[in-house]
Amino acid sequence: MSTEAMKLLSVAIAIAVGAIGPALGIGMIGSKAVEALGRNPEAESAIRTTMILALAFAEAIAIYALVVALILKFA
Amino acid sequence: MPHISIKAGKIFEFLGLEITNSMIASAIVFLITIFIALYYKNQSILKKKGNFYYLIKFFVKSIYDLFYSVLGDKTTVLFPLLFAFFFYILLQNWFGLLPGVGSLLIKVKEGHEEVLVPLLRANTADLNTTIALAIISVFSIQYFAIKYLGIKKYLHKFFNFSDPISFFVGILDILSEFSKVLSFAFRLFGNIFAGEVLLTIVAFLVPVLASFPFIALEIFVGFVQALVFSMLTAVFLSNAVVEHH
Repeated sequence: MSTEAMKLLSVAIAIAVGAIGPALGIGMIGSKAVEALGRNPEAESAIRTTMILALAFAEAIAIYALVVALILKFA
Repeated sequence: MPHISIKAGKIFEFLGLEITNSMIASAIVFLITIFIALYYKNQSILKKKGNFYYLIKFFVKSIYDLFYSVLGDKTTVLFPLLFAFFFYILLQNWFGLLPGVGSLLIKVKEGHEEVLVPLLRANTADLNTTIALAIISVFSIQYFAIKYLGIKKYLHKFFNFSDPISFFVGILDILSEFSKVLSFAFRLFGNIFAGEVLLTIVAFLVPVLASFPFIALEIFVGFVQALVFSMLTAVFLSNAVVEHH
């Protein structure tokens, strides 16, 4: 396998594997937020703020993988 | 494929200091920030205030309420720092989405050959800026911790010799302060840079109309990242200024 092909493959694997965990995490956060909203609809704004903050945490992990992938691809 | 560079491009040298395209954009946004702040200050003492004043005031008020729910009575002291983070990062993120930023190219001499470099680049898509912001944030957390707890209690959190478990927890706490810098910096840089790459690629694949929903997404992401940066600083601050047992 040539170096170029290996590089492309590593980019793809980096982002693909790195996206699994955050995807599960974001799904769980969303489902729990909806559950909480169902139990206590008055707390909507508090739930939304907390949810977006937690989402940003989970998303950051995917972003790390993305940064690694982008560095591999473009640098 | 369009050319994507992960680091900011050098435009010219000034007294041996490299002036990059992200620094130029940063200077412009800095001036805008100061202008808005001065406008707000001038308007606040007038009898008849402009509409823009009320828009900013609405912004400031909602962000203040949000931070108040985290920090409580310490909000008065800490709010200027947090809102400065929020507002500056927000303007930087949104400035990167303006047409012309990243697409206006100028010729720059690099060694012997001439290369095309974008004149402007979103400042938060440059790792130097985000690391600087992260270091400011983490240092101010330490500063306020020392200010509220005193140097003895502050050090006691990190160096606790009463039993082995607290000792190792202290070491982990020291490590976590350093990892905060990394996570702050990479989260902001990654989000904004990834957004830029996404917009470039989409505009390359489908030149007409397809980038519109992505630009809307990036406006939202820019807002959320500014909020997350200042909110995380607020949460860490509120943890740092209370005593640990």
